[in-house]
Amino acid sequence: MTSLVANKVSVRAGDTMIVDDASLSIKPGELVAILGANGAGKTSLLRALLGITKASSGAAYINGEDCFGMPPSKRAKIVSYLPQRRPLAWPLRVRDVIALGRFAHGAALGRLSSVDKAAVEEAIESCKLGQLQGRSTDNLSGGELARVHFARAIAAKAPLLIADEPVAELDPRHQILVADLIRQFVTNGGGALVVLHEVALAARIADRLIWMKNGRIIADGTPQETLNSQIMEEVYGVKAHVSSDPRGFDIRVEAAT
Amino acid sequence: MTSRRLIFILGVASLVCIVVACAFGSTPMDFTRVVSALFGLSSAGDHVVIWEIRLPRALAAYVVGAALGASGAALQGLLRNPLAEPGVLGVTATASLSATFALYYGLAASSAYLLPVYAIAGALAATALLAAAATRIKSVVTLILLGVGLSSFSAAAMSLLLNLAPNPFSLTDMINWLLGSVANRSFEDLRISMPFIVAGIAILFFSRRGLSALTLGEEAASGLGLNLSRQRIVVVVGAGVATGASVALAGAIGFVGIVAPHLIRPIVAYDPARSLLPSAMLAGVILVIADIGVRLLPTATELKLGVVAAIIGAPAFIWIAVSRRVTYD
Repeated sequence: MTSLVANKVSVRAGDTMIVDDASLSIKPGELVAILGANGAGKTSLLRALLGITKASSGAAYINGEDCFGMPPSKRAKIVSYLPQRRPLAWPLRVRDVIALGRFAHGAALGRLSSVDKAAVEEAIESCKLGQLQGRSTDNLSGGELARVHFARAIAAKAPLLIADEPVAELDPRHQILVADLIRQFVTNGGGALVVLHEVALAARIADRLIWMKNGRIIADGTPQETLNSQIMEEVYGVKAHVSSDPRGFDIRVEAAT
Repeated sequence: MTSRRLIFILGVASLVCIVVACAFGSTPMDFTRVVSALFGLSSAGDHVVIWEIRLPRALAAYVVGAALGASGAALQGLLRNPLAEPGVLGVTATASLSATFALYYGLAASSAYLLPVYAIAGALAATALLAAAATRIKSVVTLILLGVGLSSFSAAAMSLLLNLAPNPFSLTDMINWLLGSVANRSFEDLRISMPFIVAGIAILFFSRRGLSALTLGEEAASGLGLNLSRQRIVVVVGAGVATGASVALAGAIGFVGIVAPHLIRPIVAYDPARSLLPSAMLAGVILVIADIGVRLLPTATELKLGVVAAIIGAPAFIWIAVSRRVTYD
């Protein structure tokens, strides 16, 4: 069974602990959202799990295998990663950006194997990018680009997905579109670990919420178990009124403490 | 356009340019004479002119262009900036300095291979410094400024060597080197530098898939499964070896490594991998044509190829820099 497990992972920059003894796990069929204020260590934790930043202590395992020592190409076939900053150095065509998702499988742009082509087609289909696939990425809107990057991430056909703020800077409609894509990825059997700032959205789509403060994980559980006004105050430093009914959560932020 | 078709067209253009280049010189020859000389069916005189003088010269211009074009395209892919090029980044200047140093102390006389070895060592030192800095410096602009600094330092050290030149002959030697030229190159010169140029381009070609991945930035590329440090080393070594060997063959020739990839990119949908070989071929064609131009211009002393390349290339560099949309540094 595919899984990603972190065991007491710490990341240190000089004397500062950026991530402090973080333990978590994700498996297919599960959507886990990481929540926390800016600088809480969310991105650093993801980067450490992927071996992009060196963890100062602790261990992470993908399918029981040490993840830090794993060759990047092997890791990429199991976990695909959508970073927070998504620069495009050259105005590639939409289809080519998505095809880059097949990199770990040995694909080269312009010469895709039939398996690679099928995966790219499927990603284009599920992100509804059929109309845009021939366009250059330098004349897309922010929302369209977010979908293109997401399609790139799922084209890898990796069972696990790590996404860092996939809906940041998107309008409400595109936030929901991308969130639905993530949910659909999980429904189809994938496992996702997603950093979000939109608490209500996270509560709506995630099976579990992991709350981080000053590099530490302070709560890990379902939205019903963990989302309340105390944690909003502790994690974000805001007074918030949290209520829930069968349709979802209602979060009203009233003041900064 | 498909890559294969583009490479085929450039291949034909390369052959045509090299044959045409053989027709020009102090004794003009028509094409039938050139072609029969190429196939060994002509008079001994024509045979000597073509095989000893013109063909090696045209081939030298071509392979030097190819080395610089491939290095430029690869460095642009690695650093994700269209202005990166061996000349702008100070790689050619450092290679020239190192080679001039070998000339100055007469080291080049002891073995024909020492000159390319010195030039390649200089180029590798510069590319390695740049790649090491690139891991720490996030802004590409800063990196290019570092290259400008490297260039200026090499130019200053070169001026020092010129200043201290023991006699007018070595001074002329060094100046010829600085200006960049493929005049009077022989098959022997090609035999020494070519293997390095071919090896350098082959190494870069081997790294091309990683260059496509880097379009998404270093973080996403490493998420895609790219081994970043290995990618950097491979590009640095490939560009260093190819550029160094081209400097050993022709001296410092700038800007062709910017212009050729810039023209190729839109044709290959901006994919750095697919622009590598076509950029090399186009840069070769550009230098062969520029070298024909050098011979055709009615000047008292023959112009140096490097001078002409810079006169055309520098404005192109400025134009690319000014018209570039600021995307992400």
